Amino acid sequence: MKVAILGTGNIGTDLLIKVLRSPWLECRLFAGRNLSSPGMMKADQLGVPVSSKSIQGIAERHADFDLVFDATSAEDHRRHAKIFSELGLLAVDLTPAKIGKMCVPAVNLEECLREENVNMVSCGGQASIPIAHAIATANKDIEYVETVSSIAARSAGPATRINLDEYLCTTEQGIAAFSHCANTKAILNLNPAQPCVHMQTTVLAKIKSPDLEKTRVAVAAIVLKIQEYVPGYQLIVPPMIENNRLAVMVRVEGRGDYLPKYAGNLDIINCAAIAIAEAHAKKKAAQPTAANRIASSHEKPTHHRH
Amino acid sequence: MKSPRIIVTDPTLRDGSHACSHQISVEQIRRYATAAEAAGVDYLEVGHGNGLGASSLQVGLSLVPEREMLATARACLKNTGLSVHVMPGFATANREIANAIEVGVDLFRVGSHCTEADLTQRHISYVRNAGKEAWGILMMTHMASKDVLLEESKKMQSYGAQGIVLMDSAGAAVPDDVKQKIGLLADKLEVPVGFHAHNNLGLSVANSLAALEVGARILDGTARGFGAGAGNAPLELVVAAMQRLGYECRADLYKVLDAGELAEELFAENLPVSNSITIVSGLAGVFSGFAKPVQRAAKQLDVDPRDVFVELGKRKVVGGQEDLILEVASELAARKKHNGAASHK
Repeated sequence: MKVAILGTGNIGTDLLIKVLRSPWLECRLFAGRNLSSPGMMKADQLGVPVSSKSIQGIAERHADFDLVFDATSAEDHRRHAKIFSELGLLAVDLTPAKIGKMCVPAVNLEECLREENVNMVSCGGQASIPIAHAIATANKDIEYVETVSSIAARSAGPATRINLDEYLCTTEQGIAAFSHCANTKAILNLNPAQPCVHMQTTVLAKIKSPDLEKTRVAVAAIVLKIQEYVPGYQLIVPPMIENNRLAVMVRVEGRGDYLPKYAGNLDIINCAAIAIAEAHAKKKAAQPTAANRIASSHEKPTHHRH
Repeated sequence: MKSPRIIVTDPTLRDGSHACSHQISVEQIRRYATAAEAAGVDYLEVGHGNGLGASSLQVGLSLVPEREMLATARACLKNTGLSVHVMPGFATANREIANAIEVGVDLFRVGSHCTEADLTQRHISYVRNAGKEAWGILMMTHMASKDVLLEESKKMQSYGAQGIVLMDSAGAAVPDDVKQKIGLLADKLEVPVGFHAHNNLGLSVANSLAALEVGARILDGTARGFGAGAGNAPLELVVAAMQRLGYECRADLYKVLDAGELAEELFAENLPVSNSITIVSGLAGVFSGFAKPVQRAAKQLDVDPRDVFVELGKRKVVGGQEDLILEVASELAARKKHNGAASHK
């Protein structure tokens, strides 16, 4: 499937590297505002078509691709979403704009394929929501769910810092939606330690009578599912009960594509975005069009495993 | 030269929350707040140990809801201002800060880890735009040099902070560190500078006096040191020492001593003491608030709490990362089991 990336900052550029690696995706345009930004120069070096006309560049070349990753800002995406829709482009939104359905591939990939615009929630949401969901499937009477993420201070740019409150609210909403527990809380810590710490996320829950064994099975299963698209996702503390709370802890090591390995927080949201785009590509390939019938006579690319 | 009047801030009902696993009751708030008002401290800080919005499974759930804690204290205070601690990442502007403004909080002490001051920009601006007083708080200040602390406090000053307080959250500082850091800030900042001590190495009063000596104009102290880890600088000792050295403050010594007596009665079961765990915690430079959860986890997983502190220190954990206690204790337990198994072979 042919795609475009709008936004050439850290997220956009890391996405580009991931798109180039994907056997299912092809980047036809990398659009931003500044041709001399590091991301733009990297794209140019890699032979990817670039545009400094941002959303206008996307509109002008929209016939060249079917899907756009929007890695700009929430404010910009609110404007862009309408344009994508009018142009008939699928949108994968990496900003906290929350216009489209919240997409967490390990949990609701299939449903998201019916949506023209999906939102990738937040980095902490991508790490914690599947765990919260697994806890919810294994237990009754969940009173409260909390998620705490610690990330390397260096992986949090100025936009993340100024939007801390939005991050907390978005993550709380995501946890509530996927765990069916209205009472949720998100906490974020920035740790400046050197060498930089990997992203770690803890999910804590208050449950009347937790079924630890069933929770362990459900969490182990969802972790395997996440590892299919986030290779650096590891369960570091399996479900345990301590001080009347259920606790599960994961660590995310980034792939180190454009961003350093410690920035697992940025890696996981990008990996999730790639997963939904690839699923669209596979779905499209499976549709019986003339072109696809020819394509399917060749060997099908397999999902990349790391 | 006569020194300027020192502003005394009393976080007994906030830092003390750590000492009793966040179980401060309405009755305790009412009685202590009344005593603090009588003592004439400039501000009384109330709330969960990690501030607004921090009642959580991560750090500990408060016995009393935040709004009720603040409203109870508010009703007891007249000349003493009501203060809260705010950590972005736990508290949001539109929710927790807005609520606290509604209840009648006078002063918001907006804090971050000592190298992350830019996290406080939005929250400080929000408070100032609402017409309330905001100070900038740098936590875990043993982890940064004086120049970094100056740079970070200048950021907070530029966001609108009307005072800057350095917290020795781990109780890891010695008087020379305090003199260097506070001295530089007092010299270079336009707003008053303050210090908040912890007593892990038994230096809370000495460190507080060192801060005053180089120009601090704000001092934190808690009744009987009721605070996280080995506790804070005891308010009664700090005020007594200030009187001895000729520093003026609004507080009345006898009434402060009375508040100390009351605290001893109210918080008898949880008054902080110096012990081997708090000493190792101070040496390891770990957030004092970790004391109770570390002891709990170490007991459950049968590991030495001192080892947990040493390991947490190596990882350079910051306030709010309580979940790492479980990870570290689990890891030490697994290692212990492994070594035990190996020795039986």
